[in-house]
Amino acid sequence: MKVSPFPAAAEHELANVQLRRNLRAATDTIQSKRARVVAELPDWEALRDAGSEIKADVLARLDELLVEFETAATAAGAHVHWARDGAEAGAIVARIAREHDVDEVVKVKSLTTDEIQLNDVLATAGVRAIETDFAELILQLDGDWSSHILVPAIHRNRTEIRDLFARTIAPGIVSDDPADLAEASRVYLRERFLRAKMGVSGANFGIAETGTVCVVESEGNGRMCTTLPPVLVSILGIEKLLPRFDDLEVFLQLLPRSSTGERMNPYTSLWTGVTSGDGPQELHIVLLDNGRTRVLRDEVGRQALHCIRCSACLNVCPVYTRTGGHAYGSVYPGPIGAILTPQLIGIENASSLPYASTLCGACYEVCPVKIDIPRVLLHLRAEAVRARGRSAERLTMRIVGWTFESARRFTLAQRVARTAQTPFARGGLVRRLPPPLSGWTRSRDLRAVAKTSFRSWWAGR
Amino acid sequence: MSDARTEVLARIAAIPREPAPEPSRDYRVSGERSADEVVELFCTRAADYRAEVVRVDAAAVATAIVRILAAHGAQRVGIGPGLRSEWRPAGCELVDESALDVAGLDRLDGAITGCTVAVAETGTIVLSGSPEEGRRALTLVPDLHVCVVMREQIVELLPEGIRLLGPLVRSEGRPLTLISGPSATSDIELDRVEGVHGPRRLAVVVAG
Repeated sequence: MKVSPFPAAAEHELANVQLRRNLRAATDTIQSKRARVVAELPDWEALRDAGSEIKADVLARLDELLVEFETAATAAGAHVHWARDGAEAGAIVARIAREHDVDEVVKVKSLTTDEIQLNDVLATAGVRAIETDFAELILQLDGDWSSHILVPAIHRNRTEIRDLFARTIAPGIVSDDPADLAEASRVYLRERFLRAKMGVSGANFGIAETGTVCVVESEGNGRMCTTLPPVLVSILGIEKLLPRFDDLEVFLQLLPRSSTGERMNPYTSLWTGVTSGDGPQELHIVLLDNGRTRVLRDEVGRQALHCIRCSACLNVCPVYTRTGGHAYGSVYPGPIGAILTPQLIGIENASSLPYASTLCGACYEVCPVKIDIPRVLLHLRAEAVRARGRSAERLTMRIVGWTFESARRFTLAQRVARTAQTPFARGGLVRRLPPPLSGWTRSRDLRAVAKTSFRSWWAGR
Repeated sequence: MSDARTEVLARIAAIPREPAPEPSRDYRVSGERSADEVVELFCTRAADYRAEVVRVDAAAVATAIVRILAAHGAQRVGIGPGLRSEWRPAGCELVDESALDVAGLDRLDGAITGCTVAVAETGTIVLSGSPEEGRRALTLVPDLHVCVVMREQIVELLPEGIRLLGPLVRSEGRPLTLISGPSATSDIELDRVEGVHGPRRLAVVVAG
């Protein structure tokens, strides 16, 4: 997999006025809700520290904790599977569906299953996966894809959704009131929940100590998918573990406040193996690598695996709030996507993403698990340059570096530039340079070299 | 080719990592409010998320439930097999959920349960599948959930609640559901709509 270059994709997205208007309204609203509920907690910073340190501990002991999780979940009656990559995970889910003669599964919104394109894998195996999160359903009905981790259909407005529903699940619907649209999806999905033979979910957390799986949601579709069908398969990225049950006291405070800006989301479900007479009687958990161990290998970049997918970094990012999620060309958009995607699929396949940032640091400030996103971005930019090998840019930078290394060469270069800029400088700014330097001035102005440098002014004073 | 388990574990084991220090836990783990303030806070916060909250004397729970059911026109109501008799309302049909399949649950107008613990700061009630709460589907499929919370079940902070729940999970593997208000979505232009797939109405009776 290779993602299309960010600058080209962003240019296309920026032309979509509807998208920009919706996105800005949404991100501003969530951002201020988040700020309000975070300010309520006197110990927010202590919670962030704990969250970050618990995740660092998880990565340090990941192999040990995975085995602990497997042992506990198995003892509680779950079947634990391991998958090196998305294809292997998909094959496991498809096999379970086949064993139960199932041709339709109900699905909880899950980035992990989007990442491994599970729905396509299942479709190939003759199994229809029905997305049951309201926004995911909208996207699925329209063959569209997510633009925001939390509110995936934020780029669509109510009239578009009404028209879509009229074409698909609710013929004849005229109202575009969100309550009526939600009701239409309730009616459509309800019979599917009640008849479902198999549910598929991701997971927000897995507890190593107890083998517990945790799903956090708002609509109740998650509860439907994880309690009504007799068979449940949950796909858990290996980094989603927490060592102890009590660690939830940290993460169930950090996640909802950072994500939806609520003190607590409406529903959080936790299940530990099979409970006789309550919920699925056959439970599968797939532990998924799919590039995560590759991320773990990078000492600086591995902190991206702390991520709990809250999306707070998207809402504050000056780049994301303008381009939206599609420009990132990956399941994980925004600042976190810019550091996670290149590491998961290889920097050579997403080399423009680490540049999709102004390095302003707002993402770091709001991150509930203190991922130093700007630092990882810089680190990955260096990797991207290394991966590109020889290039004109690299050569130019090397020459610039060599020039700046010596005062004599620097002064000489200033003198040359002062003369060379004459045809291009207007009012102290260079707005357009000739090729091959035009790339620099295509989207920014360059300040002209001053008539007199400070050093020569000082010397001649 | 080795199996996936061996290979994933080997990939991790091959990566040099420093042991991480014991995580700091300098956040609040016990509240400072008085018992009355905690109950007050729970009621405010639960109502904040559009749960209907009523406070009654311990002896008046059944009467309060009768009023709620009447207001919602609920006739056939599901209960866990162990719902205490003094909470059972008169004048409606009470059905033991353990005898019902999913289609049966779908024909109920509502459900009445107790809870295991409630958290004031977040307005959350927690169910753990006890006989007084029934199985998870009982509070999911019917459209109305009436939950009785006894005043002494309310803790101030989430960590206090989690620490009470830990033993139930560790020793019995009990399934937990944390509920904060009725189901909701904000997926269309961020307009909040209450009531999607879970019960559209949540009534909390705070007793004592």
